[in-house]
Amino acid sequence: MITAPNADPGQHDPPDYRQVQSSPEFAELRSAHRSFAFPLTLAFILWYLGYVLLSSYAGAFMATKVAGHLNVAFVLGIAQFATTFLIAWWYSRHAAARLDPRAEAIKARLEGTAATPPAPVRAAGAPKDGPEQTGVQEAGA
Amino acid sequence: MNLTQHLAAGGAGEHRTLIVTLFAVFVAATLGLTVWAGRQTKGADDFYAGGRQFSGFQNGLAISGDYMSAASFLGIAGAIALFGYDGFLYSIGFLVAWLVALLLVAEPLRNSGRFTMGDVLAYRMRQRPVRTAAGTSTIVVSIFYLLAQMAGAGALVTLLLGITSEAGKILVVVLVGIVMILYVTIGGMKGTTWVQMVKAVLLIAGTLLITFLVAWRFHFNLSALLGAAAENSGKGSAFLEPGLKYGATATSKIDFISLGLALVLGTAGLPHILIRFYTVPTAKAARKSVNWAIGIIGVFYLMTLALGFGAAALLKPATITASNKAGNTAAPLLAQEIGGGAGSTGGAILLAVISAVAFATILAVVAGLTLASSSSFAHDLYVNVLRKGRATEKEEVGAARWATVGIGAIAIVLGVFARSLNVAGLVALAFAVAASANLPTLLYSLFWKRFTTQGALWSIYGGLLSSVLLVLFSPVVSGKETSMFPGADFAVFPLENPGLISIPLGFLLGWLGSLLSREAPDAAKYAELEVRSLTGTGAH
Repeated sequence: MITAPNADPGQHDPPDYRQVQSSPEFAELRSAHRSFAFPLTLAFILWYLGYVLLSSYAGAFMATKVAGHLNVAFVLGIAQFATTFLIAWWYSRHAAARLDPRAEAIKARLEGTAATPPAPVRAAGAPKDGPEQTGVQEAGA
Repeated sequence: MNLTQHLAAGGAGEHRTLIVTLFAVFVAATLGLTVWAGRQTKGADDFYAGGRQFSGFQNGLAISGDYMSAASFLGIAGAIALFGYDGFLYSIGFLVAWLVALLLVAEPLRNSGRFTMGDVLAYRMRQRPVRTAAGTSTIVVSIFYLLAQMAGAGALVTLLLGITSEAGKILVVVLVGIVMILYVTIGGMKGTTWVQMVKAVLLIAGTLLITFLVAWRFHFNLSALLGAAAENSGKGSAFLEPGLKYGATATSKIDFISLGLALVLGTAGLPHILIRFYTVPTAKAARKSVNWAIGIIGVFYLMTLALGFGAAALLKPATITASNKAGNTAAPLLAQEIGGGAGSTGGAILLAVISAVAFATILAVVAGLTLASSSSFAHDLYVNVLRKGRATEKEEVGAARWATVGIGAIAIVLGVFARSLNVAGLVALAFAVAASANLPTLLYSLFWKRFTTQGALWSIYGGLLSSVLLVLFSPVVSGKETSMFPGADFAVFPLENPGLISIPLGFLLGWLGSLLSREAPDAAKYAELEVRSLTGTGAH
């Protein structure tokens, strides 16, 4: 009785999260997130801090005129805006392609939608519809 | 001419009427919205999370409305107008910071939390101590931030309504406080979200208008605008280079690095921003809302260039500082100037419009802050700590409404004392506290399996205490003409922003507290949090 829910994760909740956590599918999802988000976070923070340090300690370089009254400081400042937009777009593209399908597959399995025949077909065959469907169901619940 | 005196002398009676009318229209319209939203607010999901039915775009707009505070609009414009390029550095930090929220925080938080930041911080931990810590730091950060908004309101009122008597200023701060309490108690998160969306549209429209008029004046030539600003500021090309505000001494240079660190790491630890992610149905919608917010906020901050350098180019530096020492009224003054100058009808109308927008900005942001702190008070402290999780939904929402009134009252009292501080500087302090106390615990909780209750407590309290104490003994509070208490001098810590010390300390204490913990980390709970936060399984 006590061990039954854990021994049979496909049908009953709560799911056995430790088993899911150690599954290869989950490991793939985690590494797809971490290997993208962690280095990128480090990179943009270093790029930002580099810019801050240049502003503090490289006054002459930052004051170099580029065009008219525009100097290097402004160009680098605007570049910070540009890279922010770019990284946001890049991450979202990565998430849609690499994270969402994996997350939805695991979620569907855990929430038992895989037990009913149409769900896995939809999730595997038409991933674009899958997420919307889940979102609506969840919103209605 | 001193505009405040000019207005006070009665030459602008009709302008004042116009400002008050526009503002009254905004308050009436948003209160109407709030009452409408309040009718649909039934349970805790509605009050705390607006029913979780907002779309990514709507929430992106509301996040922008919540984030583009008086600090951005008045503080940054003022800082650029007085210090040139160094003021612009604020905008960059405020924007880049959103990437931390996007890449690491927004989606897992939406997936695993319910109403507050404390939900995620306490997920794997012993509930009562960690909830207490999370609730405390939420309320402290929000009050710092509220202080900044109230300071902005005080400065605006002095300028716009010509109210110079202390009693008059206090009355206006009280009125702002009462309206914000009404928004939150009646409309909850749903009402607050709509107010923030309306405000975001108004703020963007107002800023676009001024930006366009400034650009028109300088024939859409950024270089010409910068040149005129440099010349008019009396500081020459130094005005366009880093260093005027932060480059003076070795200390101020370090202060600037401290500020930069606080700005970039603070956003993802601000409770009033984090709870906005609960208003959308899924993590994907949360991601979409951050993307919209980054777009809207980015464009807005680019326009602060036109506002700040426009003010520097078209107004005398003495005019700006005479109106408000910290520069907080540079944007409305610029609006008046670009509309035709003091005394002209165009100038009066633009001044009124921009002032009403600025008031709207303050109201919407204070509502969001009050909601964040009263949510945390009711959900984290009252229900989960005092009542040990045994309170009905009705009692919980009731407690949140009463907390709103209490926190509103505290904000009003503090607002009266904070009028002469630069608003952007004050907000930077709130960011430092958020980055030191909240972000380390949030990141460790989500991504580090060996994190323990003791680690969470050390990190939250260590980050919180160190940042608040360092501020207390900094030139922000005493020892300088612009300090909160200029008469006293107990500023033993030289930096205005504590981030450089307190943020690494928060991270270090979280790590050390976990390693030295006698209690083993809860592996089962971590598995649950990790799976839920990445997949959205069981999300509320």
